[in-house]
Amino acid sequence: MPKFKSVDYYNFDSLLTEEEILIRETVREFTEENIVPIIEDHYMKGTFPMELVPQMAEMGMFGATLLAKYGCAEMNNVAYGLVMQELERGDSGVRSFASVQSSLVMYPIYTFGSEAQKDYWLPLLARGEKIGCFGLTEPDFGSNPGGMITKAEDLNDHYLLNGAKMWITNGTIADVAVVWAKLNGVVHGFLVEKGTKGYTVPEMKGKHSLRASVTSELIFEDCKIPKENIFPNTSGLKSPLMCLNQARYGIAWGAIGAAMGCYDTALNYALSRIQFGKPIAGFQITQEKLTHMLTEITKMQFLTLQLGRLKDKGVSRFQQVSMAKRNNVYHALEIGRIAREILGANGILNEYPIMRHTANLESVKTYEGTHEMHTLIVGEDITGMSAFE
Amino acid sequence: MKIVVCVNHVPDTEARIKIGADGKGIDKSGITYILNPYDEIAVEQGLRLKEKFGGEVIAISLGGESNKETLRKTLAMGADKAILLKDESDRDSFSVAKALSDNLKEINSDIILFGKQSIDFDNSQLPGLVAEMLNLPSVSVVVKLEIENNQVVCEREIEGGHEKVESRLPVVLSVQKGLCEPRYPSLKGIMAAKTKLIEEKPVISNSKKVEIVSLRLPASKGTGKIVGTEPTAAKELVRLLHEEAKII
Repeated sequence: MPKFKSVDYYNFDSLLTEEEILIRETVREFTEENIVPIIEDHYMKGTFPMELVPQMAEMGMFGATLLAKYGCAEMNNVAYGLVMQELERGDSGVRSFASVQSSLVMYPIYTFGSEAQKDYWLPLLARGEKIGCFGLTEPDFGSNPGGMITKAEDLNDHYLLNGAKMWITNGTIADVAVVWAKLNGVVHGFLVEKGTKGYTVPEMKGKHSLRASVTSELIFEDCKIPKENIFPNTSGLKSPLMCLNQARYGIAWGAIGAAMGCYDTALNYALSRIQFGKPIAGFQITQEKLTHMLTEITKMQFLTLQLGRLKDKGVSRFQQVSMAKRNNVYHALEIGRIAREILGANGILNEYPIMRHTANLESVKTYEGTHEMHTLIVGEDITGMSAFE
Repeated sequence: MKIVVCVNHVPDTEARIKIGADGKGIDKSGITYILNPYDEIAVEQGLRLKEKFGGEVIAISLGGESNKETLRKTLAMGADKAILLKDESDRDSFSVAKALSDNLKEINSDIILFGKQSIDFDNSQLPGLVAEMLNLPSVSVVVKLEIENNQVVCEREIEGGHEKVESRLPVVLSVQKGLCEPRYPSLKGIMAAKTKLIEEKPVISNSKKVEIVSLRLPASKGTGKIVGTEPTAAKELVRLLHEEAKII
């Protein structure tokens, strides 16, 4: 297949800085040379490509927006978004790994952690020497995390943790889990380390989506958590939601990458597939499909870039993040399906990335706030009336 | 160790080249430029020497404002400093070598690295010319390099084998694929490159000795010919390859 080219119909690049472009090109090259050649194999086997982690760390992809003193790249949110875009053009599972490590593990340690927690964990996580996961969702509490039943008790010299988390990316391979549990009825964050007695992490099997990613349950049975492992600076459910807001922002960019991968594949296929004596790109129905895909990708780019610029100025609102995540994943999934139609039967083969991207996006549409919840978050923002509380 | 790497800003290998209106240059519109791939190997080698012996890596390039993109990439990879010899005029290898060596004299480095050729005009002349102008030894097409106590041991790729040669610092080397694998710039490196200096220097002399008279694209490939689709066509195909194409 020809080398992936940037999708840029509206001179989008003219709005990026030289550094932002160089960062995107660097991660694009990394994806092309390191993810694309191996990902189908991992996906079919249902394994996460651990071999990528050291190089991703070396390049600085974990916690990339955090301070240089912790070994991080200290880049802006737009550059971080472009990294997510390029990784997800490879695979949503690889992007998910980086999202979780950065936005759901390093960000909360950075934001809510003690100095000792930051000094110990952040450099290790940035170097990829330790892997983290984030436990909020429970088997019976997904869209309604406030109902969580995982709880911690203060037993003077330690906390006692009991409960279970589900759908946890990186769970089984994680060295540390950021776990949210109720202490005296209020949500608090705890660092639970691998090897803690009573802490088990069975991997969830049988997925038809995000197969190149580890998804696990976290089970806590009378786990003794050292006192120093609680986050000192959290404020109820708002804290984990702040983390999700970071991750959702990265997902909005990531979805553009998956969509670009599908569009690029479909365009190349349409130009070379001959039916009735001419390339199918020359038929009106195919052109309508390609036009729709490119239009949606172009709209996503500008929506998300402006969100990133607002975020860099510190004035973005979480409802705006909801709109971008909701819109981009919805259309990326639609683009995946249309791309599959253009490829006909070939679209289902793993010779092309389309079916994998599309199946992945089914998860992405639901995780980190479902499409429906983001609809209601924006709906509440518009009308002042909550449809879910 | 003071290490200089000379780098060129060249059209991407996938660029579709068109001849410009004057028939002597290319139409640069719409072309993406990259750090010359052989020079990228030279940058990597320079960084490895710095990691081993300490010192600094200075990247130097001759060309227009856009060459800064390529210099920025060398800084992102880890070079300490970059120099742009600013000159938009068309030059031949000799005049580029002259401008480079005038500046390299002042830098007084221990080692000067080049890629073995630039993938735009493929002249492969600069390393030799610069070495001559600076009165330094030069070794070309280096695929292995060891340096100890100013002693330089290189392996060169030659037809059908490898040649091992010795020289001494300071030296000019041109490097070949296989010497080392260039690193990706780290995201931290890219951010840090923002604060590193690209020093601009004017270049006055353009003592060209070779003039481009004209450029043309290779003849386009003719259309293919299908001899037949039945097994019996094989015989005819062999006959045509033998008698017409004369390749078997």
